[in-house]
Amino acid sequence: MTRLQSGERHRIRFKLNGAATHGEAEPRMLLTDFLRQQIGATGTHVGCEHGVCGACTVTVDGMIARACLTLAVQVDGSDVRTVEGLAPAPDRLGILQEAFKRHHALQCGFCTAGILMSLDHYLRERPDPTEAEIRDLLSGHLCRCTGYTPIIHAALDAAGRLADHHRAEKTDV
Amino acid sequence: MKPAPFDYVRAETVEEVLAVLALEGSDAQIIAGGQSLMPMLNTRLAKPKVLIDIMRLKQLDRIDAVSGAVTVGAGVRQRTLLGWPPLAEKLRLVALALPWTGHVQTRSRGTICGSIAHADPSAEMPLALLALGGEVHLRTARKRRKLAAGDFFTGMMSTARGADEMIEAVSFPYLGGARCAFREVARRHGDFAIVACAAVASKQGVRLAVGGVADMAAVRDWPRLDGSALDDALNSFAHELEARDDVHATARYRRDLVRLIGRDLVREVLQ
Repeated sequence: MTRLQSGERHRIRFKLNGAATHGEAEPRMLLTDFLRQQIGATGTHVGCEHGVCGACTVTVDGMIARACLTLAVQVDGSDVRTVEGLAPAPDRLGILQEAFKRHHALQCGFCTAGILMSLDHYLRERPDPTEAEIRDLLSGHLCRCTGYTPIIHAALDAAGRLADHHRAEKTDV
Repeated sequence: MKPAPFDYVRAETVEEVLAVLALEGSDAQIIAGGQSLMPMLNTRLAKPKVLIDIMRLKQLDRIDAVSGAVTVGAGVRQRTLLGWPPLAEKLRLVALALPWTGHVQTRSRGTICGSIAHADPSAEMPLALLALGGEVHLRTARKRRKLAAGDFFTGMMSTARGADEMIEAVSFPYLGGARCAFREVARRHGDFAIVACAAVASKQGVRLAVGGVADMAAVRDWPRLDGSALDDALNSFAHELEARDDVHATARYRRDLVRLIGRDLVREVLQ
């Protein structure tokens, strides 16, 4: 049993987008604040802070998660992935990100980081989703700009292109 | 919107959890998936002095199908139960209701037992447990007991769990493939239910459970009813729930939903 005292900072070691990372947090610190303020990874956005808006969605050990409903101390030893890990290179967008750009699936961009993380995770499990499934997935996010339709188009487009991409990769081998 | 300070305990065994609960009592709170508790901490509606994390206890992450019931351990996430292959065959009502519990993004973390411990009046898992006549397995450092769902839920987010007790598991009986049905109305799929109803055919007739209206889900057992007898029973039930107006819906709208959905579901399971 490990007991971490309140009011004291504790060392947290974890992987962030594949790279070993560490920081310090009190037990009450949320993963959102830890990522943004201690680690400096500000791609994860903070909206409602009670799990409703989905702006802070990340993955923890392969599970999709609200970072605002996760404590920093809970990710000690875990593999955390955030929107910063989506692009294949600093000057290149991923297939999903490109689809968002092409379909104008973002305007202010506040909700985008969370939605990209949800879709990236979901499309790995369900490479051929229906529109209804994408709508159900998006019910876990709030977007006040787009009306969601361009996001659905981008998601379905990205799913098709990702499937082609994976097929091409297989034939290359 | 930040939690008040607390000590964080990462438990490795159930005995450790029970020892901390025995020592700290109501100052301690167990956290599992955190999808109900974390919002309460962030808004400071809950201010425990000690938070006991049980999600590293592998022995709680178990689904057992024995002696006519499915027993779901305190570490089983909602997503895990939803993906359990025999679910639709053994617990059809849970298979129907669980996709309405939160969203993909919260079911991946939230647990079945956590939802039952939280006892939100509009939550689907407490409703399903009541409708099926399930049990809550409670344990302290000294003793174990099982409580019927009807005795466990005592009001708005309140239960009969003692301060030193943890929920080790909950069990849902199979009911021998009895017909069942579920329907919910919410503003957005996955949001809190304005009204959620579950119906289960029984030997005597039908059981209807309604959530989202009163302080806790309520259950009625009726003989086989139809026509105006069913309408009268549903109307009485709708009024007995003492619905209130709130920002989501008026009391009258909630009563209408209980009558309409209730009639559809009762007819469906009694076909």
